[in-house]
Amino acid sequence: MAMATIGNNGAARRVEDEIFKQGRDLRGAGFRMVLLAALAVSTLILIVLLVQVLTDGWPVIDERFGDFWSGTLRSRSSDDALGISQGIAGSFWIAVFVAVLAFPIGISAAVYLEEYAPRNWLTSVIDIAIRNLAGVPSVVYGLLGLFLFVKTRDGNSSLMAGGITLAILVLPIVVITAAEAIRAVPSSLKEGAFGVGATKWDVIRSQILPFAAPGILTGTLLSLSRAVGEAAPLILVGAITGRLAPRDGSFFGADQFFDRFTAMPIVIVGWVQQSGRDEGFAAAAGAAIVVLLAFVILMNSGAVLLRNYFEKKRG
Amino acid sequence: MVNVTPSVQDALKGTRVDEDATTATDDIAITVPTAAASSGPQDEPSGDDLVFDVSELSVFYGDFRAVRDVNMKIRRNEITAMIGPSGCGKSTVLRSFNRMNDLIPTARVAGNLLYRGVDLYDERVDPVEVRRRIGMVFQKPNPFPKSIYDNVAYGPRVAGRKKGLDEVVESSLRKAALWDEVKDRLQDSAIGLSGGQQQRLSIARAIAVDPEVLLMDEPCSALDPIATARIEELMAEIKAEYTILIVTHNMQQAARVSDRTAFFSVELDEANDRRTGLLVEYTDTAKLFSNPDDQRTENYITGRFG
Repeated sequence: MAMATIGNNGAARRVEDEIFKQGRDLRGAGFRMVLLAALAVSTLILIVLLVQVLTDGWPVIDERFGDFWSGTLRSRSSDDALGISQGIAGSFWIAVFVAVLAFPIGISAAVYLEEYAPRNWLTSVIDIAIRNLAGVPSVVYGLLGLFLFVKTRDGNSSLMAGGITLAILVLPIVVITAAEAIRAVPSSLKEGAFGVGATKWDVIRSQILPFAAPGILTGTLLSLSRAVGEAAPLILVGAITGRLAPRDGSFFGADQFFDRFTAMPIVIVGWVQQSGRDEGFAAAAGAAIVVLLAFVILMNSGAVLLRNYFEKKRG
Repeated sequence: MVNVTPSVQDALKGTRVDEDATTATDDIAITVPTAAASSGPQDEPSGDDLVFDVSELSVFYGDFRAVRDVNMKIRRNEITAMIGPSGCGKSTVLRSFNRMNDLIPTARVAGNLLYRGVDLYDERVDPVEVRRRIGMVFQKPNPFPKSIYDNVAYGPRVAGRKKGLDEVVESSLRKAALWDEVKDRLQDSAIGLSGGQQQRLSIARAIAVDPEVLLMDEPCSALDPIATARIEELMAEIKAEYTILIVTHNMQQAARVSDRTAFFSVELDEANDRRTGLLVEYTDTAKLFSNPDDQRTENYITGRFG
């Protein structure tokens, strides 16, 4: 190694002494460890959760998954017909209600707020109100659904009441995430389009929505996962937890809109409650959680893939 | 000729401006011409040669007057340069020529800005139609995240044109001196082009709608000298077909490319710590750079200020 020296007055100093690592960034290294620990804790919790439910539910998944998939809510865990088909059908339709109601209304409201609404005190109030609504506990939405869609039908709960209630629950989240995605569209794009004589409608359709699509999509699909995982509001609007007789008609048939219903999170809550008196329900609950988790992961992966596709498309 | 009155302004901008209506009236009342601002070219253009006739133009952001006392006559098929120090409002004035300032909710214009004898800020004027006739090229190249072809075809498409797009795209790219470089990859994303190519694409996109006027807001400030030279050559070539207004920070560029130059300066209001731009001198480029009438112009072009 070259014994390079610097300095021209008095004793020469070795360059190596000065530019070699001397552990100056100790705080940075410490901070990095804190961040890593935070990541490890969150990941660890997730892993523990997954292992736990897989172990609990494994007997059911391993031995009788086909029957479990097509079975219904029963009062005994030893019943061969015990299963989740009603929960799957309910959750499927709730997701459809959310997609059909909350997405178009929420995205439209966001476009109006960002692109048309004048900036004044009223829009500020609306903006704050929407943000607060997104933070209101879901039980409160359940109460709203109970009074609006159940009491008005002489107290008859229905799949439709549950679906609309959850659509209302996620509506503020859809508006907020869509508005943020729209706000992130570079103004240079809008100016470029306006500059060649595009109308506001042209700009929204051909520049703003395509550019904001990945962000809007991520927000909406995450809100869909949220809706599918909600239990509290559904309990209030009268989802069935105990025993639900199998109905005639197809698995996903729309004729069940006005019938009594259940959904995956409700099935899980019910079985966990009943596992106290009938231990077999614990395994069934574990298996149901695995199924619900699989669906949520599937949906979120779909969100990521779609987002990547749109991001690639916009260049 | 229709005068822009505060009430017309308010009607154009919606209810929000109502709060400012009284202030606006006050501001207009005190807009008086100064001797320096009225120095114009000797030969007065008229008829077909007169594209823009600007008199006593002021631009406001809220109740703050950003630029005052702009008087300019813009001639057809000429390149008019607008120079001046930062904050003198030259870009603001440029953007009022095709109603781009409408996109800023608080922006407001007072005075007269006539395009071919029509007040651009008359409430009956459709800004969309204005921008089809008066195109714009921006400081930072802003290609749409679409193919090169779709970028150029965007303007004709939003204008409702469906046939003959191939021809429009080719002729626009040829005029913008970009055709030979991109003709084999028209379907590639415009984002992949170099900065200079992107800016020529912006020019192609602007001329694809066959405008009469091109507004260029510091089109070369993000480009290297070679790309800048290409844009300048291009401007000289297309000048026969278009009337060009260019804002530039670069005095040499103004001297090289323009027929007439407007020098803007800025006044500091010490009491309110606000800067208001104003037009100091507007005349033949050769005269402005060799023998300016105003001492402030002289100071600026000789590098003693700004």
